[in-house]
Amino acid sequence: MRYLLRRLRHAFFLLVGASILAFLFTTLAPGNYFDEMRLDPQIAPGTVAALRAQYQVGRPLPLRYAAWVNSVLHGEMGFSFAYNSPVAPLLLVRARNTLLLTVTATVLAWGIALPLGVWSADRLGHLPDRMLSWGTAALMAIPDLGLALGLLMLAVMTGWFPTGGMTSVDFETFSPIHKFRDLLLHMTLPVAALVLSALPLLVRHVRAAMADVLDAPFLLAAEGHGVPKRRLLYRYALPAAANPLISLFGFSIGALLSGSLVIEVVMSWPGIGPLLVEAILARDLYVVIAGVLFSTLFLVGGNFLADTLLYWADPRIRTESGGK
Amino acid sequence: MYQNVCLVRVGILPQHELEVSKAILARRMTSILEVRDLHVSYKSRAGASTEVLRGVSFDLRPGEILGVLGESGSGKTTLAASLLRLLPWNGKIAKGAIRFEGKDILQASPKELQGIRGKRISLIFQEPSVALHPTMRAGEQVRQVLAAHEPWGKNAMRERTRQVLSTVFPEEVERISESYPHELSGGQRQRVLIAQAIACGPSLVIADEPTASLDPTTQMEIIEVLRTLREKRGLAIILITHNPALLARLADRVLVLYGGSIVELGPAATVIASPRHPYTKALFGSIPAIFEGNVSNRKKKLAAIPGDSLSLSLPPEGCPFEPRCPERMQKCRKHEPQLMELGEDHAVSCFLFEGQSNQP
Amino acid sequence: MQPLLRAENLVKRYPRKKPDSSREDLVALDGVSFAIVQGTTLAIVGESGSGKSTLAFCLACLERPTCGSIWFGGKDIVKLAERDLRQVRPKIQLIFQDPANSLNPRWNVSEILNEPMILQGRTNRDEITRRSHMLLERVGLSCELEERSPSELSGGQRQRLAIARALALEPEVLILDEALSALDCSVQAQIANLLMELQSSLGMTYLFITHDLAMAAHLADEIVVMNRGQIAEQGPTEKILNLPQHETTRQLLAAVPRLPHGTRPGLDQ
Repeated sequence: MRYLLRRLRHAFFLLVGASILAFLFTTLAPGNYFDEMRLDPQIAPGTVAALRAQYQVGRPLPLRYAAWVNSVLHGEMGFSFAYNSPVAPLLLVRARNTLLLTVTATVLAWGIALPLGVWSADRLGHLPDRMLSWGTAALMAIPDLGLALGLLMLAVMTGWFPTGGMTSVDFETFSPIHKFRDLLLHMTLPVAALVLSALPLLVRHVRAAMADVLDAPFLLAAEGHGVPKRRLLYRYALPAAANPLISLFGFSIGALLSGSLVIEVVMSWPGIGPLLVEAILARDLYVVIAGVLFSTLFLVGGNFLADTLLYWADPRIRTESGGK
Repeated sequence: MYQNVCLVRVGILPQHELEVSKAILARRMTSILEVRDLHVSYKSRAGASTEVLRGVSFDLRPGEILGVLGESGSGKTTLAASLLRLLPWNGKIAKGAIRFEGKDILQASPKELQGIRGKRISLIFQEPSVALHPTMRAGEQVRQVLAAHEPWGKNAMRERTRQVLSTVFPEEVERISESYPHELSGGQRQRVLIAQAIACGPSLVIADEPTASLDPTTQMEIIEVLRTLREKRGLAIILITHNPALLARLADRVLVLYGGSIVELGPAATVIASPRHPYTKALFGSIPAIFEGNVSNRKKKLAAIPGDSLSLSLPPEGCPFEPRCPERMQKCRKHEPQLMELGEDHAVSCFLFEGQSNQP
Repeated sequence: MQPLLRAENLVKRYPRKKPDSSREDLVALDGVSFAIVQGTTLAIVGESGSGKSTLAFCLACLERPTCGSIWFGGKDIVKLAERDLRQVRPKIQLIFQDPANSLNPRWNVSEILNEPMILQGRTNRDEITRRSHMLLERVGLSCELEERSPSELSGGQRQRLAIARALALEPEVLILDEALSALDCSVQAQIANLLMELQSSLGMTYLFITHDLAMAAHLADEIVVMNRGQIAEQGPTEKILNLPQHETTRQLLAAVPRLPHGTRPGLDQ
């Protein structure tokens, strides 16, 4: 228990540190939102100056940080210049869309990778295993971008799937079932791209972890007790191989908000990705900071989750860290 | 038995009852395990084949404790694995027959084999620290063995697990059941392995070096556990070890293995008190004898067997022990001796006894 | 005779925290004192958890005792700084139970043997090779094995290699921590003979740690019986065997598996 509290404390300090760094780097980067406006001849310098004063762009850094923290505590997370609204509602909607994609993709990817990796490890060295290795290597070599574009091309050529966006234009007029189906259709390609890009690494890791465990004496002993094959693989071998996989799972969670950026942009999915890209280009300061912080939250949270899972799954870690 | 036959004829007892009692009777009269001319070889990555067991034959009677005495390279662990067909991918049973309770093990289907392992024959592995699953509680590991063979419900399973564990752990069953292997001592882990082995009530347990890494006092305790199991359940045990003194405590018969062949086989008392084969004699002679009465032998050179145990990649033409044998003869290099009966159920495979054999 | 190595009141505590934050230390050694005379063998026997291995590690300077002294060569080596300890280390060598774990699996025999000599500062290649061959011969290993890796050697050969490696540093004391326990019976006899021969020709002093009382009784001049970090009994071998005073000693003696009389045809040769 104390172990977990310690990890939680670490996580909190990490977040605070990340927020400070994010704030620092983005504010110190040259340029701000209003520079673009300044270049626009149609807007008077006075307006720009007034806006700058209004948004307190000139104040010293620590004060601005304090003001921002205050805003966070009030649930607003700063103010977006471009959208002229508090950042929080913007971000949350986009985050929800992103999570829709990434959670589905993560569940699918792990759901396929685990049995596939176990199956492959069971036939280690034989043809099916080697073919899977080649397949995953080939898939890994294709960049996410390539996959996304390839899938888009598939959509265009066959017309089976929409080529972008999250919903059809007349989404609001659909019945609930129709809405659900529409969403699913739009989700298919981005989720497929995400799964295909994540899958090979996961499969290889599962296979490697299993291969390590498969010649362990306790497995042979269990086989000697007449434990059937399936149970041997899933109840004995997989839990013993789980440690590195749990850490990997933590990373998967960590990448839930950040891993889909490229694919979202390419497939016009209204998630955090496009929002962040826009905001960076436009110097929409607080959106960027909030976006970075959200990603950090997930990363740190993912690691913490992995630690918790490890603690729960492996009794030896519990004993080592003084739990007993 | 005859009574039962009559009762069936008259129609009082159903036919299958007769079959059951016939089977029980048959089991009592014959051996439960018959191994005939077993040859096992391993294939190296380069493709070369090495024979690890060369023509091993023996019987095991119900409730008998057979001690298999062998050092590294003798083939003892291969023998244990072969009986349950648990050889690694490069191991092959080249020739021979293994019959257990009338069933041909070598011809058994995978499903039949799975039904035998852990249920009729159990294997207790060496090294309890690695033979147990690291992240499963002890009680759960025993329950898994039960679950593999018995279709019982949760409560029945829990009760039975408790029962099994209390046979080997007279106290602290709850605590041990909830503990993980790394929280248990070496002796406790060994007992958990024994519990797993007897959970489904097998008639044969093969114990591979069950006391190897343990303290002398703990070793004694484990021996007692095994002895009690034999007495209370009529369990037959094949006890594999490289420590002869252990066999003196527990075994009924002793089988001495060297270089993949049986060199001596007979009642424990006879083999230990008066070994015949030069290897057996030399082996017993190399153990420090302080406690057998002669303290003045302290710090004297031990009668070690010179040379290394057989390197099995070069199959010898003659007797496997010949290069190190203090009593070797010309004949031994070219011809391999066969197991010869010397009377009283005691057999030796050595040319020194050629004339004394009871066999024609 | 002045003892070569003397332990005085050795205590080793390992701090352990309980879930309720109270400290409950594991006391591995609780005031152990004994002395070894040069050229003799002292056996330390006891069950697991009696503290034998902790004692071995403390004497070999691999662990520092919590308090107490170890007198060697006129100095208390517990108090020495690492720099000075470096002079002492070659003189007290440790042989482990499992040679597979104490020999580097990726090196071959000659590399394993050469290493201590290189660390000592010898640079002449020929000299190193010559000494290696001499050491191999001393422990009964053939020079043909030079290119082999430890995984290609038998248990007995590995243990001989471990002894050769220790001898490369010209030690005065060899601590054998269950060094024979993992070997087959007949191989134990071979290695025991080697050790006795080295003792008579080189004047080696041995600290033989084991739970095999039979072998300890055969090799040792003096026996120390340990129980839960303390010395239960100590004295000359004959006295311990014939007149055990402490309960632990009696238990250990009772647990020794014995072969019946008359199975010793080879001993009188």
